Amino acid sequence: MALGENDRTLIEDDVVGYLQRHEDKSLLRFITCGSVDDGKSTLIGRLLYDAQMLYEDQVASLTADSKKQGTQGQDIDFALLVDGLAAEREQGITIDVAYRFFSTEKRKFIVADTPGHEQYTRNMATGASTAELAVLLVDARAGLMTQTRRHSFICSSLGIRKIVLAVNKMDLVDFDQKRFEEIEADYRAFAKDLGFDDILCIPMSALTGDNITTPSDKTPYYDGPPLLEHLESVSSTRQEEAPFRLPVQWVNRPNLDFRGFSGTVASGSIKPGDPIIAIPSGRRSTVSRIVTMDGDLQEAGPLQAVTLTLEDEIDISRGDMICGKDSPAEQSDQFSARLLWMADDAMLPGRQYLFKTANNTVPGQVSKLKHKIDVNTLAEKPGKTLALNEIAAVNLNLSAPIAFDPYEENRQTGSFVVIDRQTNATVGAGMIDFSLRRAANVVWQDLEVGREERAALKHQRPAMLWFTGLSGSGKSTIANLVEKRLYDMGRHTAILDGDNVRHGLNKDLGFTDADRVENIRRVAETAKLMLDAGLIVMVSFISPFRDERQMARNLVPDGEFIEIHVDTPLEVAEQRDVKGLYAKARAGEIKNFTGIDSEYQPPRHPELRINTVDMTAEEAAETIVQHLTDGGYLSA
Amino acid sequence: MESLTHLDRLEAESMHIMREVASEVDRPVMLYSVGKDSSVMLHLALKAFYPSLPPFPLMHVDTTWKFRDMIAFRDRRAKELGLELIVHTNPDGVAEGVGPFTHGSAYHTDVMKTQALKQALDLHGFNAAFGGARRDEEKSRAKERIFSFRAPGHRWDPKNQRPELWNIYNTRMHKGESIRVFPLSNWTELDIWQYIFREGIEIPDLYFAAERPVVNYEGTLIMVDDDRMPLDGLTVETKSVRFRTLGCYPLTGAVESTAATLPDIIKETLLSTSSERQGRVIDSDQAASMEKKKQEGYF
Repeated sequence: MALGENDRTLIEDDVVGYLQRHEDKSLLRFITCGSVDDGKSTLIGRLLYDAQMLYEDQVASLTADSKKQGTQGQDIDFALLVDGLAAEREQGITIDVAYRFFSTEKRKFIVADTPGHEQYTRNMATGASTAELAVLLVDARAGLMTQTRRHSFICSSLGIRKIVLAVNKMDLVDFDQKRFEEIEADYRAFAKDLGFDDILCIPMSALTGDNITTPSDKTPYYDGPPLLEHLESVSSTRQEEAPFRLPVQWVNRPNLDFRGFSGTVASGSIKPGDPIIAIPSGRRSTVSRIVTMDGDLQEAGPLQAVTLTLEDEIDISRGDMICGKDSPAEQSDQFSARLLWMADDAMLPGRQYLFKTANNTVPGQVSKLKHKIDVNTLAEKPGKTLALNEIAAVNLNLSAPIAFDPYEENRQTGSFVVIDRQTNATVGAGMIDFSLRRAANVVWQDLEVGREERAALKHQRPAMLWFTGLSGSGKSTIANLVEKRLYDMGRHTAILDGDNVRHGLNKDLGFTDADRVENIRRVAETAKLMLDAGLIVMVSFISPFRDERQMARNLVPDGEFIEIHVDTPLEVAEQRDVKGLYAKARAGEIKNFTGIDSEYQPPRHPELRINTVDMTAEEAAETIVQHLTDGGYLSA
Repeated sequence: MESLTHLDRLEAESMHIMREVASEVDRPVMLYSVGKDSSVMLHLALKAFYPSLPPFPLMHVDTTWKFRDMIAFRDRRAKELGLELIVHTNPDGVAEGVGPFTHGSAYHTDVMKTQALKQALDLHGFNAAFGGARRDEEKSRAKERIFSFRAPGHRWDPKNQRPELWNIYNTRMHKGESIRVFPLSNWTELDIWQYIFREGIEIPDLYFAAERPVVNYEGTLIMVDDDRMPLDGLTVETKSVRFRTLGCYPLTGAVESTAATLPDIIKETLLSTSSERQGRVIDSDQAASMEKKKQEGYF
């Protein structure tokens, strides 16, 4: 390895001593932002070169490449070292996030090197998500550019609090003090609302090496440290003071006598004997041991990967977050968040996506796009959908509550990625701002009487009979007959009917696609509460979209959702036209009418399909009751 | 409390990655190539799941040309640790008699390593495979994700990688797709050595200097590990040598050395003036060779 003379001597004399000194190094992850024109790749190449992190064969191949493809004549073109992929070498641009490593006596550094153009906002956000500090490059000749603002905004959004404004190419403005001070003043004025704790502006030249590793004699007006010295000494973020959070990744169960919860501490610290609470389950216990292969620890802190055992046998699984008892994480299923879109297909509010947090994956949707944020001007602008590289403030609606902290307080427990359910691609990334529910801090009580107990008292198993089908197909008629039969058998039931619910609970909703989705969500949630009460619930709704029926299915335990497709051909339903609605829809008096100008997606695998052309309503009811009997719902 | 060192942080990150795979993927496997990086990866896996054993088997793709000491070391370690070890060799290559001396390094590597690896993953239905590659090894690796997604046929598309933010990894995939997972992505060669030193991790003796029979084969010192080595016109000499990387013995150049202890070999590594990949024959093609090989399914 290419090393300085001091290191070389030290290694020769006492390699063990050398290793021990380097063992105690800390780690700093930072990101460099700026475009090729700002000299970013040159800066990184220079840091690697000056930190003597290159082998001689790498230097030799770099020198050869520089002569062949370089833009610096006979000098070394450091950018060639950094631009990794072949495609990029040819195009002369950096199109992805590359990670570089170098270390000094004091620190190891991981540098995320990302492209600066607007179309690579997502790449930059990726690099920023794990960085503690950002080096923002500006060309001294050009001063602050639109992209400087964009980069600052992205860094700020992703939670970076330390900034180095690298005023580069000072050699091209003769290291002019006035120019530097102008840029510094401009930047500080611009950045004052971005929440940075620490901004250092350095006049430098990556090309000539001024103020990179050693102070430059050409900038007597600058009395701060050169870049590398600052990177070596800036405090590394570690959330020790924050409340304890351990997102449970994996339940460690080697045998019946050991049950541990493995995960990486997101913040705070924990000791054996400390009381804890698991969110969202709300179960409490006390830490018994902190287990590692090197022996039990007396304390564990942020970023450590540990396994906790507890005093009590309580049920905790992946997705739960173990928290200090007196400062539990919040839990909610509705959030205000900022969302960055990373896919070519636009984000559509109401569409179902998967949301993956530190240790949990939950289906959900963006219920509202509040406004987009122009990454160049930071102005708010309206929008209905979110395109690639756009950022918006949104409301989220998840299908189950998750444990979280606001991103501003905790990057590990306040972040999530969005996954497309069809392609499995990572399509978005987000930061939770706050819960939309006031009750978020209320920890769910452990219920002594559960749904099983309630159902057992009624000698039945809870079930949600979901009748779907076109308007006029006979859903309500059949549902009413089923309920009557069950009542006669002494069973406990309830019925939720589309028309009736729209007069009360859902009277604020119309018939747009978004309102239909919300309509179904509320009904499904209501039915779920009734299931918890042990009832057999009949839900009679057109519910035209597969996704929403799936959402309802996902809400309840396996086997409790019985989808019944009341299958009546459109012509037959239209012919019957019991309520005269089809006539009105055809006449254009009703908009968004299912089957006419709004789609009906028939179930692919319903538990039951009732063909009302071949079967009377009584026969249909009989078939359904028989299904319940066969399934053991009426005999618990 | 004491602050974490860079090794502590790297260790914790690797453990987090392994636990994530074990939690979310149904058929994971750890590719174990017997070298120092594999030794570190295995050590981290033992730590990540302790007191459980790692919930996945080890798999070695055996080209039949590995150093005999590597095979002995591999079998002994698996047995000592009580881990399931799967060994796969490409039967087509064996039938064809493929070897580096007769077929050249490129063809040998393709058939006995790349194709064999794909066969083995398909044969056992593994959909996530841990590999010990590091981003500092080679330029195109610097941009590969920690969770590197492979389309059916194991192809890697560098332009279509999933973004990785924070420590949240998207492991979802369709049938036929798979993920290569690199828990050592953020480690450098120096980190690996320091960690081996700190943790007292056992590595094969081939890394340590000893008197070994070698020949000068086309400018490289090759150890005569068995009688398949064509010796026509070559003189076998006994020299004190060691290896900086381990692979197929005909493709792995020895360096003359007397470094016989861990501190001594670390000292030699640190003071050496060439990067470790230089000893590997596979890189000496054109500049983008690794990127090309990876697109075809090489690790």
